[in-house]
Amino acid sequence: MTDSNHIQGRIDWITVGFYVLFVGLGWLNIYSAVYSPDAPLAFSDPAFYNSNAGKQLVWLGTSFVLIVCILVIDFRFFESFALFIYLGLLLLLIAVPFLGVTINGSHSWFKFGSVTIQPAEFAKTATALLLAKYLNDPLVNLTKFPFQWKAALIIGIPMVLIIGSNETGSALVFASFMILLYREGLPGAYPALFIGGIVLFVSALLVQAWIILVVLVVLAGLLVLFMPIYMQRDPKTYLRLSGAIAGIMTLALLVDWVVNNVLKEHQRNRIRVLIDPGFDPRGLGYQVTQSKIAIGSGGFWGKGFLGGTQTKFDFVPEQSTDMVFCTIGEEHGFVGVMLMILFFLGFLWRLMYLADLQRSRFARAYGFGLVGILFFHFLVNIGMTIGLMPIMGIPLPFFSYGGSSLWSFTILLFIFLKLDSHRSDMLSR
Amino acid sequence: MFSQRRNLIFLFFGIVGLLFIGKLFFLQVIDDTYEKAADNNAIRKIIQIPFRGEVYDRFGKLIVYNTPVYDLYIIPRKAVVKDTNHFCRVFRVTKEYFIKTTQRARAYSRVKPSLFLKHLSKEDFASVQDAMVDFPGFFFETNAFRTYQSRSFSNALGYVAEISPNALVDQKDDYYRQGDYVGISGIESFYEETLRGQRGVKYRMVNSNGVEKGDYKNGSLNINPVSGNNLYTSIDLAIQEYADSLMQHKVGSLVAIEPSTGEILAMVSAPSYDASQLTGNNFSKYYQQLALDPMKPLLNRPPSAYYRPGSTFKLVQALVGQQLGFIGPGTVYSHAGAPVKCHGHGPVDLRGAIRVSCNPYFYHAFRKMIYDNTTGDTYERSAKGLQRWADLVANFGFGRKLGVDLGNEKKGILPNVEYYNSVYKGEKMWKFSNIYSISIGEGEIVVSPLKMANLAAIIANRGWYIPPHVVKGVGLQKSIDPFYKTPVKVGVDAKYFNVVIDGMEDAVTHGTVEADGRIPDIKMVGKTGTSQNQKGKDHSIFIAFAPRDNPKIAIAVFVENAGFGGSAAAPIASLVVEKYLKRKVDRKAVETKFMNMNYLPNAYSVVRKKVAPDSTKK
Repeated sequence: MTDSNHIQGRIDWITVGFYVLFVGLGWLNIYSAVYSPDAPLAFSDPAFYNSNAGKQLVWLGTSFVLIVCILVIDFRFFESFALFIYLGLLLLLIAVPFLGVTINGSHSWFKFGSVTIQPAEFAKTATALLLAKYLNDPLVNLTKFPFQWKAALIIGIPMVLIIGSNETGSALVFASFMILLYREGLPGAYPALFIGGIVLFVSALLVQAWIILVVLVVLAGLLVLFMPIYMQRDPKTYLRLSGAIAGIMTLALLVDWVVNNVLKEHQRNRIRVLIDPGFDPRGLGYQVTQSKIAIGSGGFWGKGFLGGTQTKFDFVPEQSTDMVFCTIGEEHGFVGVMLMILFFLGFLWRLMYLADLQRSRFARAYGFGLVGILFFHFLVNIGMTIGLMPIMGIPLPFFSYGGSSLWSFTILLFIFLKLDSHRSDMLSR
Repeated sequence: MFSQRRNLIFLFFGIVGLLFIGKLFFLQVIDDTYEKAADNNAIRKIIQIPFRGEVYDRFGKLIVYNTPVYDLYIIPRKAVVKDTNHFCRVFRVTKEYFIKTTQRARAYSRVKPSLFLKHLSKEDFASVQDAMVDFPGFFFETNAFRTYQSRSFSNALGYVAEISPNALVDQKDDYYRQGDYVGISGIESFYEETLRGQRGVKYRMVNSNGVEKGDYKNGSLNINPVSGNNLYTSIDLAIQEYADSLMQHKVGSLVAIEPSTGEILAMVSAPSYDASQLTGNNFSKYYQQLALDPMKPLLNRPPSAYYRPGSTFKLVQALVGQQLGFIGPGTVYSHAGAPVKCHGHGPVDLRGAIRVSCNPYFYHAFRKMIYDNTTGDTYERSAKGLQRWADLVANFGFGRKLGVDLGNEKKGILPNVEYYNSVYKGEKMWKFSNIYSISIGEGEIVVSPLKMANLAAIIANRGWYIPPHVVKGVGLQKSIDPFYKTPVKVGVDAKYFNVVIDGMEDAVTHGTVEADGRIPDIKMVGKTGTSQNQKGKDHSIFIAFAPRDNPKIAIAVFVENAGFGGSAAAPIASLVVEKYLKRKVDRKAVETKFMNMNYLPNAYSVVRKKVAPDSTKK
């Protein structure tokens, strides 16, 4: 058995270092984003603690308390109580439409005094825990359909509930469990189909249907050309290829129908802004246009800390929360954002490396769940600020302002670090 | 199991990372449109117009200065007017105006300021100050109007108005923007760059709502406005106003110069206009009215109007004729053989010819000047003689610009060989018999009143002048272009002036000048002129200087369609001279007579002829 005395020695300080670096830089960025050059606030000023930077400082302090709590709790708690945590979160998600309050048009928040909490942020952690626990059973084989179905159910229930409270962005994060499942044996065809589907979706929006048809025919032709002679002689091959092309084309044509009839107006507009950067720059495209201007104006070296004009003067909406990457781009330039991206990738690499060291499948699966969630946020958040992804309310982990977001990522990460610190205590099954 | 998949997953991450870095490289390093867009977003360039320089008269009396006016702006989002009636009472606007203007401002922008009320006076501004606390969202900005101390001197002063679209396109250094004010005529135009000062530029950071958030780069790029330099003119405002009052109900010019310095003491263009009405809200209405006025009140006649000099030009003939050696004080001509008419008097010498303004005398003298050379036929001799004559006359400033510091100075015409060649379409197409009219200042020669005042100064100085100018000092140092300090010699020896001045004295005392033009206790010498014009009654011209010894003032007066020079122009000139030399006028009857004298009907009858459709098509 272990006790907290040994934790210090076993905790992965490299990961902790990344964490401290990210939240530290993140805080400086928030400070800069809300910094007002005509009326700078002193730390001693009570008004400072009403600004986002001041509040984030409070969130950071409470996060530290959370970290201590997680490290003190017995490591087996997370596996044993995974189902209860999951069910508890489901209850909160169900309760939120009735008991919650509306913030920024999203009816998904609980309010305790001046503190607001978004249960959807914590549902990711709970789902990752339960999924990992489920996969811990050696009999679970993700190449088999019944197991795939059950795993999908674990992911799907909270997802549906979150979509129900109109948080499509947060719901999409659950797609990131594809990485966990893939690592744990889900056939590669699934992520391949997933990515292929996205490619098809985007190309169906960007280009005319006949171009997709031509591309498909050319691809099929190349496939035939390079396939072994004996297969080429089989008429079934041609039948299958034709069938595949017909199927894909049907899907491609369906995309337009879905966009026009299934998606809601604001979702349709977000996609439209994405595929047509010049679309309505003062209205629907405003956020993307301003975000690109802010980042683009940073140049190679940036304008320096507190030197940004675009983010400072509120040209970029939500610039301390979802759009905090703009501040980095404007003030620290290409060098800053490149370093940030490289650090983030390094962080993900370190986490995957640690995850693969785990002897328990629970810890490893959880680790990849964590990696997937972080990556998804990274992908969508930065992607939307530079116009490669549609605008969704998804924060940049550790950087964006927000208590729920910081707390949930801290918990998510430190549960893994706690598990990792006990990897030698775990039984490999 | 599946442990190699980590690498595949990371490969995918890496591709995404590279994609982002690539896109960011494009956004931040390659494409610079975003930088410009950002500057437009966040930095507002504010132009600060400095106060225009003031204008003073020769004794330091203020002629033109600036009055601050206050423009009221509204920011609709912040504007809360609880009691509209109270607001309308305070600002003296109607309720309809309030509603209409607020709506328009709101339609333009809820957060950016819109002009609500233009040009409040200092008094109005002060009276609403206390009430302003009740009206959040309203604020004032200062502006300035040109303000005129006197209704006099308007034409030479010029005025200030919004720059015209053409001038905006034609400007050399790209200084002016649409809506900027610029000096249009007179010294306002000539000294534009001195008066306007240095425009200030402020770079202010603004947020996405257009609200200012302080200086960009701590104001290191800001340029403070520098007020325009003051102009110290040589105008004697008292004389100017007096001359103006004498020139009312008349069309014409009056120019008075201090001969020893070339400083212009007074410059009247009649009819004139009220410069104070050419500022602010009234501009376009008043300007329209002036521009359509057939009497052309906007024209600054002294440097710009064209007249034949008439008999005043005989003074030049007398001087040039002596200098060329063809006539002297003892040269006598009778009326015989001259195609020009004269009054009943016997043969006269040069002094007498000037006294009575004898046309045949100057015909003969000019004929001698033109023909007195031996080579070639009459055509060639005419050309040669005219050229010699014109070269000397040009020294007096005829046919070229004197360089006065006013906009729109006209050259006038001094007919020379080249001129007649072009009029008669070739060399040897003309000779003396074609051009003799210019011997008495008629025919093709055209001058401005300013040139004739300068001629009076030349004679007063006996052979030289300093280019006439209105401004004797610029800015704190009261510096001046050396051009306006340097005497110009006309190439006629001082000794030849004696007889001319004697003749001029006689002209005043017992010559062509009528009794009203004589000042009992001042020895003024002068020469009348009667300028013919096809359209109506002759123009009355008089040039003079006084006192005869040690002259203090040289003057030229042109009164259009007023008949003989001795009857209208000379008395007006004499009054101005008397006023200037004595600072008072004793001849009250003459003063009253000429102040009330109205020559406008004559002038209007000319205009009516001009504008009447020409049915005969001559």
